[in-house]
Amino acid sequence: MRLDQRLIAEMIEPGTRVLDIGSGDGSLIEHLFRTRNCDARGIELDMAEVTRSVAHGLPVMHGDADTDLAHYPDCAFDYVVLSRTLQAVERPREVLRQMLRIGSRAVVSFPNFGHWQLRAQLLLGGRMPMTETWGRPWYETPNIHPCTIRDFFVLCRQEGYAVRRWMAIDEKGERAPWRRFPGLANLFGEQAMFLLER
Amino acid sequence: MVRRPIDRPFSMDQTPPAPPPAESPASISPLPAVEHQHVRFAEGLELDCGRRLAPVEMAYQTYGRLDDRRANAILVCHALTGDQYVAEQQPITGKPGWWARMVGPGLPIDTDRFFVVCVNVLGGCMGSTGPRSPRPDAAGGEPWGTDFPPITLQDIARAQEKVITHLGIDRLFAVIGGSMGGMQVLAWAALFPRRVFAAVPIATASFHSAQNIAFNEVSRQAIFADPDWNNGRYWTNGRVPARGLAVARMMAHITYLSEEALTRKFGRRTRREATVPAPIGSAAPAQSPLGLFGEMFEVESYLRHQGSSFVRRFDANSYLTVTRAMDYFDLAADHDGDLAAAFRGTPTRFCVISFSSDWLFPTSQSRLIARALNQAAANVSFVEIETDKGHDAFLLDEPALDRTLRGFLQGCAEHAGLAPGVAA
Repeated sequence: MRLDQRLIAEMIEPGTRVLDIGSGDGSLIEHLFRTRNCDARGIELDMAEVTRSVAHGLPVMHGDADTDLAHYPDCAFDYVVLSRTLQAVERPREVLRQMLRIGSRAVVSFPNFGHWQLRAQLLLGGRMPMTETWGRPWYETPNIHPCTIRDFFVLCRQEGYAVRRWMAIDEKGERAPWRRFPGLANLFGEQAMFLLER
Repeated sequence: MVRRPIDRPFSMDQTPPAPPPAESPASISPLPAVEHQHVRFAEGLELDCGRRLAPVEMAYQTYGRLDDRRANAILVCHALTGDQYVAEQQPITGKPGWWARMVGPGLPIDTDRFFVVCVNVLGGCMGSTGPRSPRPDAAGGEPWGTDFPPITLQDIARAQEKVITHLGIDRLFAVIGGSMGGMQVLAWAALFPRRVFAAVPIATASFHSAQNIAFNEVSRQAIFADPDWNNGRYWTNGRVPARGLAVARMMAHITYLSEEALTRKFGRRTRREATVPAPIGSAAPAQSPLGLFGEMFEVESYLRHQGSSFVRRFDANSYLTVTRAMDYFDLAADHDGDLAAAFRGTPTRFCVISFSSDWLFPTSQSRLIARALNQAAANVSFVEIETDKGHDAFLLDEPALDRTLRGFLQGCAEHAGLAPGVAA
């Protein structure tokens, strides 16, 4: 399991109902089921990953965050998780709305486009930045909606979401020391993780 | 709507054999009398049409051992032309069971671990009450024929439920079926949610589409057009409408495959015939000069074999009754057009499976089911398996299906608290 997923798992109370959007190989939902006794389910777009997860005994369905969340009833989950996917969906704001409609809490992680390396590359080199986190050239990246930590705070304020917890972490998933200061986190955090409530 | 592999003379992965010899009239007779294991319910069954069918006899087969808690039972639901002989030799055709590659010791539906039950559907012709059964109000054991009451998939599920209760099983660990078998799975989950721990509807739909009703209608018209049909009372002249039933089967069989699979296996290959095979069930073949039909495409030969072997094991009136039950199936319509309402609050864990090249029960239909289950906040897995084998893929060698089914059952067994067995 990725380290950022481990941090997500720590945010989730045992015995709760969890939907993991973009569940990949299912390692987060398996971890939540085995160690935290959660009723954890997944949605995944990549059919090979779906088949692998179901063949592993995990409840995962083929689906798309942009279109399939609308089919869930209100408050069906305690947590809806979207890790490292928000920047790749068609309509991030709508996806967030759906997440906080079908779940009472949302856990969102995304790569921070405000990191100083990205800023420096664009400012000094004049080209689209490429880093370990943002590893693909502009013409083939699936990340069509990059945002910064500050952007995300603004969106939460606009939409009226309460930020219950947040943290900036580096690529390896370690918590960064400047996590209390949004300005610094936005400059030095490679990824961000938010726990939101309506 | 499923064709079963048992009457297939060869696997789709092999070269087709020479065309079968044409039938002589004498070889086509009513189905042989075979004793099937069955249970009789004297009180009968109240049908959706409002009539009571009594008595009702249900034929079934079981595999494996029911555990002490009676918690490890799996009901396998067969498709349109299937039967209860899932994993053993079919007594009429002598061919292996239709899902012998899936059900057995160590297989995905593991009989070392699970107790598997399969019931011949109500209206069928392998021992369960159907149009061939003697009608109780007629003298001399006259069969129902076309007077057999119209039945629904829900009637079929209720009749199975009587067998399951008879076997002392309160809650089924799983109900699994493909095609029309999948419709029964959905009917079970909707009718008896507390009695189904896990449900696996494969290559199916929550309603029969206009296109599928249309195909069924062509099949039925082929039967009606047979001179031996005799208004459905064909037993009186000792013949069966074999030609019509065979044409129905040939047409339906095309819908179970895909263009890709047909091209891969047959292409435009031909074989030269010394004689033109006569239509199935007609008189001896005519001598043919090298004329219009001097050559036969391999796909034609294959379909003819499918048609001619089918008529030896299936009853035309059963075909009509059961295809009609499929046509009537519309689970949402029973809940004011809201499919999710059929499953609201269900505790059942679902695994919906479709095949990418299935155009008879396309993935879009399975997605509708999966979304309705989401709406009902049900626990649902949904997989589309990539294959070019069409609707029939669920009966064929499809490793991704095996893995999915095995894994899903394993996961459910863990949640149900069933002791891990060999399949673990």
